[in-house]
Amino acid sequence: MPAKGPAGIKKNSQATQEQVQLMVEDIHLRFGGLNALSGVNFVVKKGDIQAIIGPNGAGKTCILNCICRFYHPHQGRIVFEGKDISKVPTHRVAALGIARSFQNIELFRGMTVLGNIKLGHHTHMHSGFISGGIYLGKAKREEMRVRKEIEERIIDLLEIEAIRKQIVGTLPYGLQKRVELARALAMQPKILLLDEPMAGMNLEETEDMARFILDINEEWGVTVVLIEHDMGVVMDISDNVVVLDFGTKIAQGTPREVSKNPHVIEAYLGAEDAARSKLGL
Amino acid sequence: MPCGLFFEKYAKDEAIFPTLWLKLWMVALGVALLIFPWFAQILSDLMGINLLNLFNLILIYIVGAHGLNLLTGYTGQISLGHGAFMGVGAYTVGILANLGWPFWLALPAAGLMAAAVGMIFGIPSLRLRGLYLAIATMAAQFILDYAMRNWTALTGGSSGLTVPQAELAGFSFDSDFRFYFLALAFAAGATMYLKNLSRTRTGRAFVAVRDRYLSAEVIGVNLFKYRIMSFGISSFMVGIAGGLWAYYITIISDEHFTMWLSVQYLAMIIVGGMGSVLGSIFGVVFMVTLPEILLIPAEAMTNVFPHIFGIFASLRELLFGLIVIAFLIFEPDGLAARWHTVRAYWKLWPFSY
Repeated sequence: MPAKGPAGIKKNSQATQEQVQLMVEDIHLRFGGLNALSGVNFVVKKGDIQAIIGPNGAGKTCILNCICRFYHPHQGRIVFEGKDISKVPTHRVAALGIARSFQNIELFRGMTVLGNIKLGHHTHMHSGFISGGIYLGKAKREEMRVRKEIEERIIDLLEIEAIRKQIVGTLPYGLQKRVELARALAMQPKILLLDEPMAGMNLEETEDMARFILDINEEWGVTVVLIEHDMGVVMDISDNVVVLDFGTKIAQGTPREVSKNPHVIEAYLGAEDAARSKLGL
Repeated sequence: MPCGLFFEKYAKDEAIFPTLWLKLWMVALGVALLIFPWFAQILSDLMGINLLNLFNLILIYIVGAHGLNLLTGYTGQISLGHGAFMGVGAYTVGILANLGWPFWLALPAAGLMAAAVGMIFGIPSLRLRGLYLAIATMAAQFILDYAMRNWTALTGGSSGLTVPQAELAGFSFDSDFRFYFLALAFAAGATMYLKNLSRTRTGRAFVAVRDRYLSAEVIGVNLFKYRIMSFGISSFMVGIAGGLWAYYITIISDEHFTMWLSVQYLAMIIVGGMGSVLGSIFGVVFMVTLPEILLIPAEAMTNVFPHIFGIFASLRELLFGLIVIAFLIFEPDGLAARWHTVRAYWKLWPFSY
């Protein structure tokens, strides 16, 4: 795992108003009688890699779904760059600069890799059904500009040149995950929400993905919110960790602080084991 | 010598016909299609079919099939109402032309009228998908069918409506020979339009709506807008096909625009290949030509056994059904997919490993 450079060890001071990019305030979400989220609060600072961890069913994905407006929380607000986005329609969220990848790959399986990535650029393009159908002048220039940009910035960065013309449905799992990240990058996001980007990957693929996330974070300056079960990755690359359990936040802090937190140990290992680990047994 | 295609410019890579040979073949095809009418008579006599008539029908149906392919193949929304939308286009032309509207105004009006009707009946697509949407659009088919038959003041009912011949800048498209060029222009235009649309922003958004509508929304595709837009463009094209059909046949009645036509349109794009521009062309050629070709042996047999003509006539329908079923089983991705495999095979022949 590449170590974080001096630029990576940073900003642990109190977040000022400008540094706050995303604020999740007192989110409540219910499905029937089930409280999926009950009053979750946290703040994501600009330029951070913010991890969200927690046991299965803790509500991690629910938080992401609330941020990108798939779910409509019953209470609370989500503030992105000083603007309350709780009333923004789902398809407008992308234009604000919020991109995400999914836990179960949600690519457009019938299209090529290039097509998928270009679709990520949808909100930044302008040709309509008339100019696109004629494909002269503006529409053509725009297509070429986007192609060049995608090739040189994203495909090159994620090392997927060899598969750019292939149909996504035929690709192996690890590569599909990478294409999904590429599509999210094509959205030119200010904040990137990644839902288990390393799930089901082998060690090599995991390290590649970790490297990509660090590159994106450091070179592009994109804030990353990361849900991940691989604790090694979380501890290595994240600046700050939020721990959820049963829909509530039980801890937040640097990876080191969180891993020592008794509530976290209890949530993961159970009360009895937590006591044992305290005694050093 | 490089073995393979290596592009050095993105524009070159994105071109529809990237190599010189492909371009030459396309020019050859274009020239062949342009000079075809002068040879049509000889060929028709040879084969015993009115080839020009057949080609005109094929070209008109290509415009409509592209329309349905955009909706069903690209956007993934089934429609069983396109026969009726074609009828809306045809009747719009019929009524407006009788009011004295010129061709160049009446035909776009037919497209717009069909688009408006299609968009209204496309509204259920926001909530319905798959079979449910098929039933909803089938309702459109029945409602419009009923209107065409019974709104006699407007449509002439079952006695039909006579349409004057198309005329553009003093040139009258009054024969099969002359109409061919008009139909060819529209078919070529529709083909170019669909191909270009499918490789730009709007076309990609349609495919996104088809493949994963939830992640389409996350990347910023407005589902409402694109579903309705797809219905609009699709019905516009099928309306234009209807308008052309009216100008070509010059008499329209309600019998033509039934459920059967809607199903035929669907069969065309399924046999040809959904979500493929080439597919709708192949599908139309196949579905329009096959009955005509099957007619030849049927007629020959009837000459030998005149008393059992009825049996041979139905044998033709039977054979037609069998061939379509065989296609669905052995080439479910359509003729376009088969075309691509054949091309890939010859590209590497004889060293295909």
